[in-house]
Amino acid sequence: MVVPLEHVIILSGILFAIGVLGVLFRRNALVIFMSIEIMLNAVNLALVGFSRYYNSVDGQVFVFLVMTLAAAEVAVGLAIIVALFRNKQTVNVDEINLMKG
Amino acid sequence: MLHSTLFYISAIVMLASALAVVLSRNAVYSAILLVLTFFSLAIMYLLLEAYFLAVLEVLVYAGAIMVLFLFVIMLLNTTREEAMPKLIQLQKAASLFLVVIFIFGILLLIVGGTTELHQAEVISTVGSARALGTALFTDYLLPFEAASLLLLVALIGTVYLAKRKM
Repeated sequence: MVVPLEHVIILSGILFAIGVLGVLFRRNALVIFMSIEIMLNAVNLALVGFSRYYNSVDGQVFVFLVMTLAAAEVAVGLAIIVALFRNKQTVNVDEINLMKG
Repeated sequence: MLHSTLFYISAIVMLASALAVVLSRNAVYSAILLVLTFFSLAIMYLLLEAYFLAVLEVLVYAGAIMVLFLFVIMLLNTTREEAMPKLIQLQKAASLFLVVIFIFGILLLIVGGTTELHQAEVISTVGSARALGTALFTDYLLPFEAASLLLLVALIGTVYLAKRKM
């Protein structure tokens, strides 16, 4: 056993909180998006930790699927950000407050 | 012990670089630091004996996703951060407060938990590409195919969003 499971989960929780901080703290849509990636990775870390400590492959399958989801999400999300920038000339989320296209 | 030392070093590097991603003024620096975060996560996956996922982390995240991010940052060229009005300062203080409460809650939940999390020492048999592949193509075949459909939908959606004149 390399490290106790508690440490892995605490680490994952702190990493998730850093991601939450990024989403709340920053106004740049790209950095908010990166913070969402950090949160996804925090969950992945917890899943890998549990998978290791219960010696079960299921957690790693979930991580695999979350990675697929993250790739799809980044592609679509960045396309939306580029489309927004074409419309509004900004990626500051406080200035993007109208639904009208 | 070498393993746990390496784990804690990469944990510190990961937390520091993730915090720097969030706090850095320049979006390009954020992206580069995010690569460092992913690399230290990959080291942690290796130490947790999830070898295939460690390789995937570097390939998919540090390789594909970050290249996409950097392309968009350079395409949009909005690296400068504007001066903040007073309302946003208040917003930042409030978000910091909320996150501190959040971390405190998580730690309380983990440290105060009643269940014993330690398991007996076993040799992991699930980290290899072979074990993961077997699971993916037998027990998890339907989610695997659903993921391929998701990727197709994302591909079509991205092309549509990028092409459309708005």
